[in-house]
Amino acid sequence: MVAALNWMIALPELVLACAGMAALMVGVFARRDAWNTVSMLALATLLGIAVLVLSGEAGVGLNGLFVVDAFAVFAKVLVLLAAALSLVLALDWHEREGLARFEYPVIILFATLGMMMMVSANDLMSLYVGLELSSLALYVAASFARDDLRSTEAGLKYFMLGALASGMLLYGASLTYGFAGTTRFVGIAEALTAGPAPIGLIVGLCFIAAGLAFKVSAVPFHMWTPDVYEGAPTPVTAFFSIAPKVAALALFLRVMTGPFGPAIEQWRQIIVLISAGSMIVGAFAAIGQTNIKRLMAYSSIGHVGYALIGLAAGDHAGVRGVLVYMAIYVVMNAGAFACIVAMRRQGIARERIEDLAGLARTSPMLALAMAVFMFSMAGIPPLAGFFGKLYVFVAAVNAGLWPLAILGVLASVVSAFYYLRIVKVMYFDAGDAPFDARPAALSVVVAATGSATALFALLPAPLVAAASAAARSLVGG
Amino acid sequence: MNALGFPLLSLLTFLPLVGAAIIASVQGDERTVAQNARWTALWTSAIVFALSLILWFRFDTDSAGFQFTENAAWLDGLGIGYHMGVDGMSVLFVLLSTLLTPLCIVASWQSIQTRVREYMIAFLVLETMMVGMFCALDFVIFYVFFEGVLIPMFLIIGVWGGARRNYAAFKFFLYTLLGSVLMLLALIWIYLDAGTTDIAALMQHRIAPAAQTWLFIAFFASFAVKVPMWPLHTWLPDAHVEAPTAGSVILAGVLLKMGGYGFLRFSIPLLPDATAALAPFIFALSAIAIVYTSLVALAQTDIKKLIAYSSVAHMGIVTLGLFTMNQQGIEGAIFQMLSHGIVSGALFLCVGVIYDRMHTREIDAYGGLAGTMPRYAILFMLFTMASVGLPGTSGFVGEFLAIMGAWQVSKLLALLAASGMVLGAGYMLFLYRRVIFGALTKQNLKGLADLSPREVAVFAPLVVLTLWMGIYPSSFTVFFDQSVARMIAQHHAALAATRQLAGL
Repeated sequence: MVAALNWMIALPELVLACAGMAALMVGVFARRDAWNTVSMLALATLLGIAVLVLSGEAGVGLNGLFVVDAFAVFAKVLVLLAAALSLVLALDWHEREGLARFEYPVIILFATLGMMMMVSANDLMSLYVGLELSSLALYVAASFARDDLRSTEAGLKYFMLGALASGMLLYGASLTYGFAGTTRFVGIAEALTAGPAPIGLIVGLCFIAAGLAFKVSAVPFHMWTPDVYEGAPTPVTAFFSIAPKVAALALFLRVMTGPFGPAIEQWRQIIVLISAGSMIVGAFAAIGQTNIKRLMAYSSIGHVGYALIGLAAGDHAGVRGVLVYMAIYVVMNAGAFACIVAMRRQGIARERIEDLAGLARTSPMLALAMAVFMFSMAGIPPLAGFFGKLYVFVAAVNAGLWPLAILGVLASVVSAFYYLRIVKVMYFDAGDAPFDARPAALSVVVAATGSATALFALLPAPLVAAASAAARSLVGG
Repeated sequence: MNALGFPLLSLLTFLPLVGAAIIASVQGDERTVAQNARWTALWTSAIVFALSLILWFRFDTDSAGFQFTENAAWLDGLGIGYHMGVDGMSVLFVLLSTLLTPLCIVASWQSIQTRVREYMIAFLVLETMMVGMFCALDFVIFYVFFEGVLIPMFLIIGVWGGARRNYAAFKFFLYTLLGSVLMLLALIWIYLDAGTTDIAALMQHRIAPAAQTWLFIAFFASFAVKVPMWPLHTWLPDAHVEAPTAGSVILAGVLLKMGGYGFLRFSIPLLPDATAALAPFIFALSAIAIVYTSLVALAQTDIKKLIAYSSVAHMGIVTLGLFTMNQQGIEGAIFQMLSHGIVSGALFLCVGVIYDRMHTREIDAYGGLAGTMPRYAILFMLFTMASVGLPGTSGFVGEFLAIMGAWQVSKLLALLAASGMVLGAGYMLFLYRRVIFGALTKQNLKGLADLSPREVAVFAPLVVLTLWMGIYPSSFTVFFDQSVARMIAQHHAALAATRQLAGL
C-alpha cells in the first residue's frame, strides 16, 4: 500500500470542488439573475469532470484514503450522467415554478462531489465525509421549494431520518474501528481474515449496512422515500431517484466486497433479506398509489431490491449485474422522470396518474416514450430493463441464490401490473386535455433516453464490457 | 452466412420494423395518415411474405439440420450470440406468420377506424416478434422475441378491443408473463450448466436427469400457459373475445403455436428423461382439455368464446400428439398446429365478417344467414368442416395422425382424443345451424350484404390452403419428416443412455 499523498489522483474531485465554489461566486456577484449562467456552467463542469474522470489513472492516493479504479470510474460516470440529466430537467421547471435560483445548480455540483467521494472512498472516514457532503446537499435540494409546505416537509423528514442513518453508520464505523484497530478498508479486511471475526466487527458491519441501506432506500429503511419523492420538486426527485442511488449502491458494493469481503457469509444474509423485502414492498406497495411520484418511489425501492440481488451474489457476475442494472436504471428512470416533468397543464404541474389519460392521442411521442420506460422497468424484452434483470438473475442463479431469484421474477410480475396500469391510462383511457408545450431540452432528454432504452438490445456489448471490467477491478474474477 | 448469400431470416424478421418506422414518420391529417399506414403495412407484410416464399422453395427437405443460419456476436460478456436459422419444425411456422399478417391487415382495412397508424405499427412489430421467435436458434434470442410479443398484443387488445378489454389485456399479459419468467430462470440454469444458450449446442448437452424435472416444470409453466393447456387456459377466452378480429386471428393462428413450438424445440429435445417421465401428466391434462373444453364450448352463447374454447380443445390434441414420441403423433401435432392456425384464424375472420355488420357476437342474434349471404355460408361451412376434421380438409390429417400416435401409447387415450372430434362436430355444427340455417326472422339481418371482394380476397388463400393441406398433406409433412425423425431418434438414444448409466 502506497501511503503517498498522490493528490493528482483526486484531480476530478478537486476541480469539481473549485468549480462549485467558482459557480457560487458567479451567482453571488452576478448583477442580474444568474440562474441560466450558473446552470450552464454547472452542466459544462459536469461534462468536463466526466472527461477528467475517464482520462484519469487508477491508483490510491491521499495517504490511502482515496482509491480510483475501473469500478470508481464507472460509477462516477454514471453519477455525472445522472446529475447532468436531472439538471437539464430542472432548467425549465424551476423557472416556471419560480425556483430559478442559482443555488440549485451549485447544490447539485456539491452533491455530485460528495457522491464521487463516496464512490472513491477507501477508508471509513473518507466514506463518511463524502456521504455527509452529498447528504447535506440533498437535504437542501429536497426543500428547495422553500415556500411549499410539502417540499419543506420532505426536506425535514429526509434530514431527520438521514441524520439517524448517519448516526447508525458512524456507530458502526466506530465499532469497526474499535475491533479492527483501523479505519482503512484494507486493514479491516486483514482483521477479518486474521482469525474468527470478532463479534464487535460483525455488529459494526450490521450498523454500517443499515446506514447504507437507508441511503439506497432498501426495506426496512425505505419509509422516507415516498414522502420525500412526493414532496420534493419533480426534477429534484428525478435527481434523488438516480444519482444518490448509484453512488450509495456503489459504496455499498465497495464496502461489502472490500473491507468486509471476508465476512461474506455474515452480510449475505442481511443483503438477501433487504433485497427480498425491497422487491416485495416495491411490488405490492406501488399498486395502490395514485400519485405518480409516489409510484416511482416504490418502483425505485423495487429496483434497488433487484440490484441488491447482485450484491448478495457478491462475486464478479454479481457486481457486473449490479453495474449493468444501475446503468440501465439511470437512463430509463431519468427518461420516465422527464415524462413526469412534462406533465403540466395550464401552467400547473400534474402528478396524478389519471392526468396521463389519453396521452397517446394528445401527445403520441411522449406516450410512446413513457410506455417504453414502463415496459422496460417491468423487464419486458427486448427493452433495456430486461437485460439488467437478466444479468442479476444470472448472478443469483450462479451463486445458488434460488429463493431470491424466484422471488425476484415473481415480484417482477406483480410490479408489471402497475407499470402496465400507466400504459393503460395513457393508451386505453379516454382523455383529451393536452399537456402544455414542452421545452426542447425536455424532448431531447426523452428522445435520447427513450431510444437508448428501446435500442439497447442492438448494441449491449460496450456497456457490458465496461461493467465487467469495473467488476473485475473490485472483486477480481 | 448461409447458402443464399444474404441474411434472409434477419430480413424477414426486421423488415416489418422498417415498415413501422415509415408509418410512424408520415405527417398529415388523420385520413391521409390512416390510408398511408394501411397501404404501407400491407405492402411491407406482402413483401415479407413474398420473401418468405424463398424458404418454401429453397428449403432442403432431405436435411434434418438447421438451414439459412446466421451468426453474429451479441451479448459478449455472457457468450450469447445472435443465431438465426430454421429447420423442418420451424420453417412452416415462419410461413404461417408471414401469411397471416397481411391477411390480418386487409381484414382490418375497414373495421379499424381509430388510431390506424398505431394499429398498423403494432401489427408490424408483432410480425417481427413472431417471425423472430420461430427463427431464433439461441435460447435468449428466443426468449426476447417470445416475451416481446406481449407488448404489441397487449396494446392491440387494450386499445382496439371490446368492452372488457382492460381486464382481458391485463389478464393476457400477466398470465403469460408469470409463466415466462419461470422459464427465464430455467433458461439461466441451463445456460450456467451448459455454458451456452445456442440451441444446436444445447441439443448435444446432457442435463442431469435429477434437474430435468424442475426444468421441465419451469418450461411447462411458460409453454402450457401459451398453448394453453387446461387448467391454465382461462386467459384465452377473455383475450379472444375482447381482441379485435385480426388480434384474435393472430392470437389463435400464431401465438398459441408458440407454446407448442416451445415444447417441440426445448422441452422434448433438451429434457428427454423428464419428457418420458412426465408424459402421462401431459396426456392427462390434454385429455381433460379435449373433453372438458369441448363440453364447455357446447354451452357458449358467444361465437368468439365458442371458437376460443374449441381452440383449447384442438390444442389439447396437439400436446397429446407431441408427447406420444412417435412419428405419427408428433407429425400430427405439428400438422394440427399449422392447420389450426389457418382454420381457427379463418373462423375468427368469419366471426369478424358478421361482427363488422351487426356489432354483436351473440349466437342468438343471428340465424338464417344462408339466404342473404350465400357466399359467406359456403365459406363458413368449409371452415366449420375443417375444424370438425372432415376428411379432405386440413383438420382431418392432423387429428387423425395425432390420434394414431396416441393409439400406440394407450387405446384409452386415443378414445378420449377421438371423443373430442365427436364433441367438436357437435358444437361446431350446432353453431353453424344456429347462425346460418333456420328461418330468417330477425328484421335487422335481412339487409346484410354478402362478402365484399376485399373479404373474399382475405379468405381465398385460406380456402386454398385448407383444401391443399387436406387433399395432399405430404407437400407439407415432407418439410418436417426428417427433423421429427431425428428428434425421436435422439430422444430414444438419450433415454437408452440414461438407462445404461443407471445400470439397468
